[in-house]
Amino acid sequence: MFGIGKKALIAAAALSIAGPAMAQDTIKMGALATLEGAFTVLGEDGMRGVKLALEEFGYEAGGKKIELITGSSDASPDSAVRAARKLVEQDGVPILVGPLSGSEGLAVKDYAKTQPDVTFLNGSSAAQDTTLRNPSDNFFRFGTEGAQWMAGLGEYVYEEKGYRKVAVLAEDYSFPYTQVFGFLEPFCRLGGEAPVDARFWVPIGNKDYSSVIAALPDDVDAIYVALGGADAVNFLTQYEQAGGELPLIGGSITVDQSVLGSKGRTRDFIIGTPSAGPISDTWDDPRWSAFVDAYKAQFPDGFPSPSLFAHAYYINTKAALLALDEVGGDLSDGGKKYREALSNLSFETPTGMVALDERRNAVADIFLTEVIEGPEGNLVNKTIKVIPQVSQTLGLSYEKFLEYGQVGRDNPSCE
Amino acid sequence: MRQFVERHTFWAIVIFLIAAAFLWMIFAVWPDWLEDAIGRKKTFVNTFLNGITLGGLYFLVASGFTLVFGLMRNVNLAHGSMYLLGAYIGYEVAEASGSWFLGLAVAFLAIAASGILLQVLIFRRMEGDDLRQTLVTIGISIIAADLMLAVWTGTTYQFAPPEWLFGAATLPVISTLKSSGDAVFIKYPVYRLAVLAVAVAVGIALWLFLNRTRIGMMIRAGVNDRDMLAASGVNVQLVFALVFAIGAGLAGFAGVIGGTALSIAPGEDIRYLLASLIVVIVGGLGSVTGAAIGALLIGLAEQFGLAYFPTYGVVLTFLIMVVTLAVRPQGIMGGR
Repeated sequence: MFGIGKKALIAAAALSIAGPAMAQDTIKMGALATLEGAFTVLGEDGMRGVKLALEEFGYEAGGKKIELITGSSDASPDSAVRAARKLVEQDGVPILVGPLSGSEGLAVKDYAKTQPDVTFLNGSSAAQDTTLRNPSDNFFRFGTEGAQWMAGLGEYVYEEKGYRKVAVLAEDYSFPYTQVFGFLEPFCRLGGEAPVDARFWVPIGNKDYSSVIAALPDDVDAIYVALGGADAVNFLTQYEQAGGELPLIGGSITVDQSVLGSKGRTRDFIIGTPSAGPISDTWDDPRWSAFVDAYKAQFPDGFPSPSLFAHAYYINTKAALLALDEVGGDLSDGGKKYREALSNLSFETPTGMVALDERRNAVADIFLTEVIEGPEGNLVNKTIKVIPQVSQTLGLSYEKFLEYGQVGRDNPSCE
Repeated sequence: MRQFVERHTFWAIVIFLIAAAFLWMIFAVWPDWLEDAIGRKKTFVNTFLNGITLGGLYFLVASGFTLVFGLMRNVNLAHGSMYLLGAYIGYEVAEASGSWFLGLAVAFLAIAASGILLQVLIFRRMEGDDLRQTLVTIGISIIAADLMLAVWTGTTYQFAPPEWLFGAATLPVISTLKSSGDAVFIKYPVYRLAVLAVAVAVGIALWLFLNRTRIGMMIRAGVNDRDMLAASGVNVQLVFALVFAIGAGLAGFAGVIGGTALSIAPGEDIRYLLASLIVVIVGGLGSVTGAAIGALLIGLAEQFGLAYFPTYGVVLTFLIMVVTLAVRPQGIMGGR
């Protein structure tokens, strides 16, 4: 007992001596992702993205060593704020990368306003209003968001697939609202239908989809599904079990590697499902293949190909490190210069050039994809089309875009 | 049955009419006015089947819970943890051996063994002290939840059931007639029907065990009067350990069955504990028949609530509980 106490005391004393010396050449970086709950595997892959970027820089930027401190949430906004507070207020990180899920992003953005000296870079959270309405000056999003990810999909299924009427099944929070808006807005403008009573909203972490599947209408051409992680896996399994026959249209994270690459049965019936998102597994480009190779080499136990979460966390972490290089690791002015550098940063990512708009949201390329069987028998997304440089306002002016109103269950109403 | 009809003729007629209406709604082709009033037949029949099969799953979990309570007056709030632990153990075994049935068997045995250990090492030390036992089980469930999170992380696991249990069966129930006059039949997952069959089988086996065997007789005697049973020379401790083993084993068994129907993840322990609590409160603590009735009621209420008024669906479950507590506090089949 006493022996341990003494040792701990000495260790603590040694730490307190080493502390100030360390602070000068080390910068702490916080990374926050969902390592609990329905989105666990997504969060794990997000963390792989962070480590991939840090490894690329040898855990050094602007002449300083980077010390990574991780935090975990469970996709609920309050858990994300709790984890962010712990990283910022207890561990004292000046830079935080995260969170993962849409409503977490909204909450962390609001928290960021109370910590003006800390720089927040988004993980993969993709709710529209994190940057569109009432943004925070110190919150940056180098990955794009849910409505941008849907670019081109509404037009594609209307014109190429010939779908005229769809049902919607999505989780009940800000990110799927954003995705449904991004998909339905062009689809309905062309004349497609998505009746409000054929939209089903389920809570995150829902296990039993049997009653939803029973209530799905027969007279639609397809079902647009925007579920993530375990929710998507549960739904796809139960839909196949129930003998569902309608074709699916996938939200960005529904037919992502975090679902396609999950263990268990191969879900052959989703081959041919169209989707759109910030990445495409089979994009034939040296920048992307280099990224995939690095991912595979560093994480043999990861997915067959990096998910969009690894990609988004990688890009945001890389942006954080590039800007640190630019300011020579100098955060002494409360990070003012550093955020200036971030705002003006534009760089090559595995999926093309990324730059920020005036509300610090990314403008980047979006991929229209379709699920196919890959060379090793696993399911992957095939690139159909690359939509270049999609902005958050989808090409409209900011004022004009706000007229669409806030994303939500009934927006657009499609009438 | 006859006694009931003679005593409560009015209620017997009401129940008979409701049952007849239900049967008609399931097998007849719906006329248009009915379809306009409550939606498509497919939704109704599927929701009905979902409710029954979910009730079957709830029964598997709650029967062990109510069995233990009936004999030992021990509200085992670690019952949900046993469900989840059984699911995880079953998953590991099924993955390693490639046999789903082996996973099922091992989950039952392993959790039954852990039940015996709990009874012998912990509950026997505080016998007769109901409140302390209950509080200890809460402590165990919290510790177990964190240990399981440490070992199996927060990932969602899915079982791979045998191929013949996967997929959908076409039921001999007509959903609707196409304009061409062809009948469209209703499809339903084979696995969920299997869950129902297993629940019925376990229910019958429990009933036979309790009513037709010597040990069952001892257990029933113990439920009525523990002290008299001990005084007449029965080794009560052995009976206690056996009942605890069966109750816990059923929870582990249900873990694999339920984990295959849906999936396994942290938090399921609380969900099924809550479901079992409501089921036994409605059905009557300590009664296996009550657990069956309660499970069926709660399963149906939950599914019909979700399908027909999703926003307030959860309220329906608790409404049933409140009404039961107000009208018949001891539960539908509860004695005393």
